Parts: sequence; C-alpha cells; structure tokens
Amino acid sequence: MALLEVRNLDVRFGLRSGEVQALRDINFSLERGERLGVVGESGAGKSVLGFSILNLLSQPGYIAGGEILFEGQNLAAMSPKQLRSIRGNRISMIFQDPMMTLNPVLTIGQQMVECLLAHRKISRKDARRIALQKLKQVQIPSPETRIDQYPHELSGGMRQRIVIAIGLLMDPDIIIADEPTTALDVTIQAEIMDLMLELCERNSVALILITHDLGIVSQVTRRAMVMYAGRIIEQGPTREIINDAQHPYTQGLMNALPQMAIPGQRLNQIRGSMPPLQNIPTGCAFNPRCDYVLDVCHRELPGFTRSGGCKVACHMVAQMKLEEEAAVHALEVK
Amino acid sequence: MSAQTEPLVQIKDLHKRFSISGDFLDQLKFRGGKLVREREVVHAINGVSLDVQRGEALCVVGESGCGKSTVARTVMGLLSPSAGTISYGGERIDNLSDRQILPYRRKMQMIFQNPYASLNPRMTIAQTLEEPVRFHNPKAPASEVRDKVHEVMQSVGIDPTWGKRFSHEFSGGQRQRISIARALAVDPEFIVADEPISALDVSIQAQVLNLMMDAQASRNLTYLFITHDLSVVEHFGTRVAVMYLGTLCELAPTKTLFATPRHPYTQALLSAIPRLETGRPAHIRLQGEVSTPVNLPTGCVFHGRCPHANERCSRDIPRLIATGDGGQVACHAVEEGRI
Repeated sequence: MALLEVRNLDVRFGLRSGEVQALRDINFSLERGERLGVVGESGAGKSVLGFSILNLLSQPGYIAGGEILFEGQNLAAMSPKQLRSIRGNRISMIFQDPMMTLNPVLTIGQQMVECLLAHRKISRKDARRIALQKLKQVQIPSPETRIDQYPHELSGGMRQRIVIAIGLLMDPDIIIADEPTTALDVTIQAEIMDLMLELCERNSVALILITHDLGIVSQVTRRAMVMYAGRIIEQGPTREIINDAQHPYTQGLMNALPQMAIPGQRLNQIRGSMPPLQNIPTGCAFNPRCDYVLDVCHRELPGFTRSGGCKVACHMVAQMKLEEEAAVHALEVK
Repeated sequence: MSAQTEPLVQIKDLHKRFSISGDFLDQLKFRGGKLVREREVVHAINGVSLDVQRGEALCVVGESGCGKSTVARTVMGLLSPSAGTISYGGERIDNLSDRQILPYRRKMQMIFQNPYASLNPRMTIAQTLEEPVRFHNPKAPASEVRDKVHEVMQSVGIDPTWGKRFSHEFSGGQRQRISIARALAVDPEFIVADEPISALDVSIQAQVLNLMMDAQASRNLTYLFITHDLSVVEHFGTRVAVMYLGTLCELAPTKTLFATPRHPYTQALLSAIPRLETGRPAHIRLQGEVSTPVNLPTGCVFHGRCPHANERCSRDIPRLIATGDGGQVACHAVEEGRI
C-alpha cells in the first residue's frame, strides 16, 4: 500500500460569481521516503493541492469529491479532531515565507515547545531538549541562544531553517514543502535544499515539493507532476519529463527557460497566459496556447496516455501512440 | 573596452549611505551617565565604478541586500549619491537641479519589478501612457500624443483599443508590457530595468525578455539590467557585474564570466543555480551568513564566507584588477595567483 494515495480529488471554490473547480481528477500516490515534485505556474493549483491534502482549505474552498488515503485512512472524510492528530504530526507542511509562518510575538523555543506539547504527553523540559536537538540538526549556530530569540532577530535563511526544524519536530512521514526556497537567495537556497534532502533521507521522510522552478525539481525529485489550470497534465519519472517531455505545455515551459536557448537569441515563448479558473476553455485547457491543437482538443477533455514511464493528458500524444501502435502492428502482420 | 568610444553612462566611485537611526532626538543615547549622539548607517554602496557602453545590456547581479537596486536608483537620480559621480554622455548629472535634469529624464527611463505596484490603479492605460509623452513634449498636439501611445502599445503587443481599461484588468505579464510601453513612450536611449521579470511566471518571463530584446534591436537601446537570476543574465547580458555587500566583485563579458568565473563569490553563485541537467559537481558551500551592511567587515567584504580567505583578505580591501580576458576582478587570491 502506498503511504499516500490521492484518488479523483476534486476541489472547488464557491464564489459569488459561481463555483470554480480549482482541482479536478487529481490522481497520484506517494511511497515512503519518496520525493515528488509538483510543478506549475501561478494559478495552476499546485498550492491548493498542498493545502487540500491536509484539508487546510479555508472558506469558500472545499473538497467536493475524491479520496486522500493516508495509510488507508481517508483524510478528506476525517473529523477535525482526527485530522489534528495527523497535521503537523504525521504530515507536516513548510511554507514559502518564513516570516509569515513563524509567530512574531513568540520565541523560537516557545513555538517549538507548543507544537511538541500539542502532540505528545511530555514535560516542558523534555520538549525543550527535543527542540534544541532539532535546531542542532538543521545546523543553527549556537542553538542555545537562538532558541530564546524572536523570529525578527534571525536572517531569512535562518528562519527557514527553523521552519524546517519545526516541520521535522514530530518525525513526520510526509513533508509538504510549498515553494520552501522561493523567498531566498540562490546560495542560501542551495544550502537549505541540501539540508532538507539530507534530513528527509536520514529519517526516510517522503517529500512533496511544490515549486515553479524546473531546475529544483530536476535536481531534487525522483518523480514529478506538471499541473495546468487545476489538472495534472503529465506525471512520471523526473528524468523522463526533463529530458523528453511529451505534453506541449511541459515542452513549452522547458523551452522557455533561458538556459535552453542560445544566448542573445529570442527565447521560445508560449503565447498567451494561463486561463483564469472561472473561464477554462472547454476540451483541453491548454488548447488556445497549443501549437499542435487538433479539432478534438476543443471538444473533449483529454484522458491519460501512457508514454514510457509517464502519463500524459494530451490528444496529440494519444494519437501519435495510436499511429505508432498501428505501424508496429502492420509490420508484425507482414 | 576600447578607449575611443565614450561610455553612455559612467559611474565613478559611487557611495551611498542611509541613516537608520532616525532624527536628531532618536540619535541621543545615555552612555555611562553622559548624553551622546550615536548614528547608525547602512553602507549600501561602497565605491562602485561602472561604465555602461552604448548599445550594450549591462547586467548587475547579486543577492538581496547587495546594493544592486540602490545602484539603479542612484543612476536614475531617484536617490542622490553620498559620494562619487554619475555622468551621462560625458555630462555630470548627479548634481543637477530638478529643472536641469529634465532633458535627461526623457533619455533615461526605468522599468520596475512589480507591475502591480508601478502602475497607477486609478488611471486608464491610455492615461498612464500619455502622461510621460505630454510631460516631455508639452506643445505636442493631442493627435500626435495619441499616435505615439498607439505606436508603443502596438510595439509591446497590447491591443491599442484596450486603452480605456484600467491596470487591474490585465494579467501580470500584460502589466509588465504596459510598464515597458510607458518607458518606451518618450523614445529613451537608456533603460534601467530593476528585476523586470522576477515577479512573472516562466512562460511569461520569456515573452517579456523577448520583447525587451526586440526593443533593444529596433530602438537601439542601452540597458542597465538589475537581476538576481543568473540564467537570465547568461541569455540577455553583454557584460555582467557581480556585486556583494555594496562592492563590485567581478565585471566581465557574459561568456567569459560563465565560462571562467574568477571571483570565489561568482563561482559559488554560479554553482548554486539549480540546473536541469544532473551529474554536475555539487555546489560550493559557503560558510556563515551574509554580514550586514551596517557593520561592514574590514578588508574584503566577502572574506568571512570565502573558502580562500587569508589574513590579508581580512585587512586590505581588494582593488579591481584586469584579468586579461576583458574582465576585472577584485580578489587578493586571484591577484596572488592562489586560485
């Protein structure tokens, strides 16, 4: 059994102007200790996905259908009380901006101890000892002084280390990291990423890494999912996606990177922009921006086609596979 | 760099300090029973000299707090330098009065990072774009202004019939196109772009970068491009200046810098970019934290994190020296041949 399995997840937001579907047919699974990347541009629904797993959606968002099975239990159907025993304990979350996640009026130590006492029946003294030990793990220099400081006394990189320490506090099975290094400089980003990977590996924690940066996904994850307008449009082994993307959107995203172009030449841009969720085109959501658009793309939502180790939601890819198979079949008959 | 061609913009030994200790009364402190005046100063730029050649795209890169935006703002005259000079086409412009600087304002335009904040939400796009044209050509007839606005909107790929709309009706990428149109509306020669694509998505970044390169080719523009994103620099820049804590570490033609980075900080910075391909050597780990520009370290500003630092680095400030391949680097270790 997979550690986490998401089946047909459907998340909606009831807005005054009507209901919008923020996520639709989301299907994926995560094994113990696995590292999964979720890539997409803003508005693709990748953060909503992270929030939905822990049912942290706030009004007017809600899970309209589907299952989120964590060790076989459905998180989507759990009572708030049951969920609290899992949130931050078995599955924890790391957010983008450490200044927003840390409470500015509590010391680092108070926040860590609070979290420990909420989940475990231990003394305050023991909790502090564990907190100190975690701070050492994330390589905070002189943790004995830092533990009694407030978030504003620390630098951005240091704060994100603290957030990671809090994420790891309860020895969770899964960490969901939503753009954990986007607010940081590249040299600090590299350090924090290294640290997070090392800690996940050592404690065999599974990681769901949500990011817009294909470079990070390539360096860090083993499997990846690409999202567009609330749907997973391609998922599979990271190397396959990076080296041989099938979906025209993934290809476009990759080719738009400056490192893929000849310096000084024009970049390969994708025309247009992602549609707002209220206004998703019928058929394939990518059809207005796609260079390979077929008639069927305007009418039908594409299903998933297997291509190598990947699953791709694209009519064009499906058709190519069919033609390929027909050709192979014709050869065999001869 | 040839000696005959005069640089378009010349920054000489620029210093910029900001006081962070408030007004006179805030600065008074009791120390040992005596009333003393204490001032704390942020040293944002410490002796930066840069020449921007006509027609090039000079990129300034560095991490947050290194002073790259301050350089941009000082060049534009939005901040006045604490010391040093800025010249445009051979004329000093940092000491001009508001009236005297007006003709230069038309030649130098700026594009800001966040198109959500840099466009006035209460003005329509047409108003936003007409304002600079009218301001700089007060005698221009209305039809001419309208034609100009029409032309720039078309050149950035915004439908001119959308002029009556407000900025909130546009997406981030479109807004950034509008800010570019606003800069282009007065036919400038020189554009300072401060992180123009950092707030945009990857597919939109490509659109905006292409637009900026097209504009450069068709209007013969010179760019001073401020960014923290090195992969953009590799693509866009003619030359690159790397800054750290308000000082220039290295200045080199883009190809040279990416092929053979000399300064240890540049090396670390380049190795930290997450690349698509795997199997690269691990990134260079820097020790410690970035020091604050309030208490600048003595000697080389980078010595606290530098793997090659020695006793001299903590004592003497390194000077920029030519590297022979068109670049300049400020590092004792390079000078002494230790790296």
